[in-house]
Amino acid sequence: MLKITGYSDRLYARAGETIDFKINCDDPGEYEAEIVRIVCGDDNPEGPGVKEIPFACAANGRYPARRQEIRAGSYVAVDDPAPLAALKSFTVEAFIWPTTPAKGVQGVIAHRDADAGFALMVDASGCLAIEVGDGTSVKTLSSDAPLLARRWYHVGASFDASDNSLRLFQLPLAPVPRVADEARMKVTASFKPAEAASPVYIAALPELRAVSAFYNGKIDSPRIFGSPLDDASLASLAADAPIATGDPIAAWDFSADMHSQRAVERSDGLHGRVVNFPARAMAGWNWTGEIMDWKQDPSQWGAIHFHDDDIYDAGWETDFSLVIPDDMPSALYAARIRMDGAEEYVPFTVTPAPGKESRIAFLLPYATYMAYANDHLGTDGGNGELLNNILNVLNPPDLFLNEHWEYGGSLYDNHSDGSGICYSSRLRPIVNQRPKTQGVLGGYGGSKLWGLNADTHIIDWLHAMGHAFDVITDEELNDRGVALLEPYAVVITGSHPEYVSTEMWEATRSYLDGGGRLMYLGGDGFYWRVAYHRECPGILELRRAETGVRAWSAEAGEYYQSFDGRYGGLWLRQGRAPQGLVGVGFAAQGFDLSSYYRRTPDSLKAEVQFIFEGIGEDELIGDFGLIGGGAAGLEVDRAAPELGTPPNAYVVASSEAHTNAYYIVPEEFLETGPALGGDENPSVRADMTFFETPNEGAVFSVGSMAWAGSLSHAGYDNNVSRITDNVLRRFLDPTAF
Amino acid sequence: MTRSIYKVDPEQDFAFAVEFMEKPVGHHSAGLQRLLNLFRGEPLEGKYVLVCVKPHREWRLARLTGVRGKPVELVGDIRFTDLETAERAVFRLRWKEHTGQDLAIQ
Repeated sequence: MLKITGYSDRLYARAGETIDFKINCDDPGEYEAEIVRIVCGDDNPEGPGVKEIPFACAANGRYPARRQEIRAGSYVAVDDPAPLAALKSFTVEAFIWPTTPAKGVQGVIAHRDADAGFALMVDASGCLAIEVGDGTSVKTLSSDAPLLARRWYHVGASFDASDNSLRLFQLPLAPVPRVADEARMKVTASFKPAEAASPVYIAALPELRAVSAFYNGKIDSPRIFGSPLDDASLASLAADAPIATGDPIAAWDFSADMHSQRAVERSDGLHGRVVNFPARAMAGWNWTGEIMDWKQDPSQWGAIHFHDDDIYDAGWETDFSLVIPDDMPSALYAARIRMDGAEEYVPFTVTPAPGKESRIAFLLPYATYMAYANDHLGTDGGNGELLNNILNVLNPPDLFLNEHWEYGGSLYDNHSDGSGICYSSRLRPIVNQRPKTQGVLGGYGGSKLWGLNADTHIIDWLHAMGHAFDVITDEELNDRGVALLEPYAVVITGSHPEYVSTEMWEATRSYLDGGGRLMYLGGDGFYWRVAYHRECPGILELRRAETGVRAWSAEAGEYYQSFDGRYGGLWLRQGRAPQGLVGVGFAAQGFDLSSYYRRTPDSLKAEVQFIFEGIGEDELIGDFGLIGGGAAGLEVDRAAPELGTPPNAYVVASSEAHTNAYYIVPEEFLETGPALGGDENPSVRADMTFFETPNEGAVFSVGSMAWAGSLSHAGYDNNVSRITDNVLRRFLDPTAF
Repeated sequence: MTRSIYKVDPEQDFAFAVEFMEKPVGHHSAGLQRLLNLFRGEPLEGKYVLVCVKPHREWRLARLTGVRGKPVELVGDIRFTDLETAERAVFRLRWKEHTGQDLAIQ
């Protein structure tokens, strides 16, 4: 089990900038921190081996170990609810769509101290309840009618100080005959609620030491009135109509500033802090289904979907910092933490100073690492063994994450209530995207790598072949745009740049149109649109809309991203299929054995001879490798003119003989039918493709995640390495093709 | 994720078991794949997995609980030093669970 975890505030930095490292250790004592350059993280004895180069700097040293905790769970906190203090009579109400009503006590709206104030909640029996504290004890009134999951209710409670009557209502918006989930209760209390000093919490309850009792589900339009509302007023609220009894003291409008972490309050400015990024731009109680884009009428998206396992910023204290020295070369680095046999790596990159760039950039697809960050593919859902057609192999990060959901899940996981996780943050330890880690989807036997560690195969190859190169991240590309790429003659992608923001996509397009040359050495690239948050660092959003290979599916009406209002989902569905950018696009996946490529007649044409110098016409390409035993595997891409492969593209080699664990992706077929597998379907293949772009630019794509794992075979002397080197050297030559 | 409702026929499927024992991973006949879709598609509760104890060298047999957050349970002290042997061992266990019979292949 992992005993050290850590993260940093920044992913990339330049000379003079500071990265803060935040470390948690299970055991007391001291740990050793050393900044190391990561060349290769693959610890497979059949591979190139782990290669790290220590970097001497002031941050290296011994530091005291301490425990730092992560507190997952999202909620809204209104820190200074002074206008509520003098309330004698009140009504508290909201629309709710609970997803786990039976899980135990969950806060809905609470303004409660230990024995004062009130809390509207889902109680231990799964029923709506109101707790009221009179200053000495707490009284509870329950609806005694269990709420149903995933159905909308208008709920609330009121207290009338004139006659001490306490009312509770739980009203299904779509009542069902013989389902007893409606309740209207009224009791006369022998007490009056005492004034509470606590903040107001929505979707959680205040406890002595921490916020807890997190609610799962949606809450829409929570309001507090300074009087008891009668049935007519409640009916008006449920009809979205004005009420005669006056304005609320507090009315939180979650449809306002949906991109933000602010809960706007419309009456008195009692704005709340939204903590841990619950899902926003969620279809509300009044969504008609007539429009799909929340920007057209935000009031129909006034719900926030809260989860007890949402996590954004772990908020740990800084243990040590690194000021990037002027002489620190651009590379992938990590702060390596060691203590008593335990080890952790916190990766980061250093960007070169302007004017000091190499001619080659390796573009680290960190957005995709974040998509897979802390995935539970080996232990939860998905039934990976059936998908992979091999036994699931669990490694230490899998076992750790299985028991530590407070570290959050990936964009491949579901929340505890079954809804898909649509935000992923790097301000938490991402324990599965490290050197020396394996991935459950990394193929049979071999190195079994995925993500960051798989991409060290490319870094290792560049290093071994003696190429000078910089390492930059796609997050910086998102932040800075094409200016980041412009200094480079050649940009090389990682093995799996699947998740791409609009800013990243457009920068890549601009680079190619401006004469840039791109080597796409991966598979399933440029597939999903994502959005980085514009104000909060280190978090991105994905909506798994419409189609695609989906671990979960976005709910109807929830296809538009909350961060930027753009339509989410596959780039294919935005009119920007990957084939239009890099010639090939995701066609099939399988996770047992990889295969090889065979040259096509196109490969004999004079225009592409540079690719195959030193390689025989009949030579199988990549029938070896550390990822599933071949260069064509895991997720593979095909050329498709109908999807945008440019008419000047040459498909110079294609893979074949994939196993029947490979299936074409869902968007490749419209009707169900047989022959979808690799042993029958002709679209199950990787197409190696080359084409020119304007201004003497060019793209070379291999369309396979496993390519990188074959580069080091036979001491880097093999046809995968040779093709890659042939293309790289030709791309570095500025003469026209 | 898909599931299979196929029922194992110990006599008819024996040839596919033989095929699996010869080559547990790779291209399979349609008949063997139908059997594997049943075995590998079992629910997560009690599902066999391998836990890596020495990277690339040694794995232990374990079962998932199917309960979110609950630790994976090791099965005795069954260890493997290669993955093909592990695949065959789990296949034998599942064959017995589905047919009530030991798989009579050496």
